[in-house]
Amino acid sequence: MKVLISNSSPDPIYEQISRQIKAQIISSDLAEGEALPSIRKLAQELQISVITTKRAYDELEREGFINTVSGKGTYVAVQNQELLKEKKMKIVEEKLAEAVSEARILGIGVEQLKEMLLLLYKEDE
Amino acid sequence: MENAIQIKGLRKEYKGFTLKDVSFSLPQGYIMGLVGPNGAGKTTIIKLIMNLVRRKAGEITVLGKDNIGDEAEVKSRIGFVHEAPSFYDDAPLKDIKAAVAHFYKRWDDKLFLALAGEFGLPLDKKFKKLSHGMKMKFSIALALSHDADLLILDEPTSGLDPVFRRELLERLSGLMQDERKSILFSTHITSDLERTADYITFIHDGEIVFSLPKDDIKEKWGIVKGSRALLEAQYRRLFRGIRETSVGVEALTSDIQEARRTFDSDVVIERPSIEEIMVLMDKGEHYA
Repeated sequence: MKVLISNSSPDPIYEQISRQIKAQIISSDLAEGEALPSIRKLAQELQISVITTKRAYDELEREGFINTVSGKGTYVAVQNQELLKEKKMKIVEEKLAEAVSEARILGIGVEQLKEMLLLLYKEDE
Repeated sequence: MENAIQIKGLRKEYKGFTLKDVSFSLPQGYIMGLVGPNGAGKTTIIKLIMNLVRRKAGEITVLGKDNIGDEAEVKSRIGFVHEAPSFYDDAPLKDIKAAVAHFYKRWDDKLFLALAGEFGLPLDKKFKKLSHGMKMKFSIALALSHDADLLILDEPTSGLDPVFRRELLERLSGLMQDERKSILFSTHITSDLERTADYITFIHDGEIVFSLPKDDIKEKWGIVKGSRALLEAQYRRLFRGIRETSVGVEALTSDIQEARRTFDSDVVIERPSIEEIMVLMDKGEHYA
């Protein structure tokens, strides 16, 4: 598991943590059933408040990404494949929506936007 | 959840200074930073917890026990570092250590010697020959060596260089792996608390201004920077403190969302550091 915290980011630290862990679960860098460090261990490693790491884990648990077995530890939850696919789509959708609204503000038309998308997609291949 | 420290209606009167009905609690398993300007009452609170001075009124419970009624038991479970450590001046450190060790059932001599080595403590030297920083390190080593359930540290980082300060903070968060341990840490070096503290209790002029989880403060409080228009009466209720300069105004709010709704783009809204909160609340009149 990799977590990098930026103090200059406007996002709260708990959100930075949960977002990064979520991304690693969705990309399968963190495998199902894999153990995560305890909230106290993670707080020590990152030198942050226990309350912050607890909140990050609570959020991940609520969204079904991890499970906490009391007295044993925290593990990456078994992911429903359909759901995982949906979550992945949702991330792409959100990013695209962001790009679209930015494009509107800047007065970039849909044709031009399509062109940009195609260009970027090819560039990446 | 049990509280490591619970204080209710604590009052102490000195000539020219009154600690006014202070109440707050530190849940077990967490680190609390006690911050405030010099003379705000931080050390007085700590002395009252340690029963080193007599209180006028109030109640203090430490680890579930009355701090006076069960004083001996309470103190055996506290690791205490005083802002100006004082021990018998003419005794070498190793003799002081032997005398102190005697008071604690769970004294760990191996741990003490390891810490002494790590901190570079000259155990054969007399206490009075030590620099302030060295005295502090000696006092910290003693406090860490008897498996205390509660550490009470009064300005432990004053006189210490940044590298040792960081090491100490890392050591403290290492202790917190055991969720039964708790730490109360007074300091005016607020950067020490930005990272690992779970709760911040801010005291000013003998009164608690707030005692809150640090994350709540970081998320909800903000600094609004703008022109003198911020001084208009309609905005006063938004601010907990204001600082005017010749080029603009900085104002502290405890509701950053409302500030974002109220002001448009001609102000800058930022998240404050604990130090900025301390400075602004200190200088500003209390509007809210």
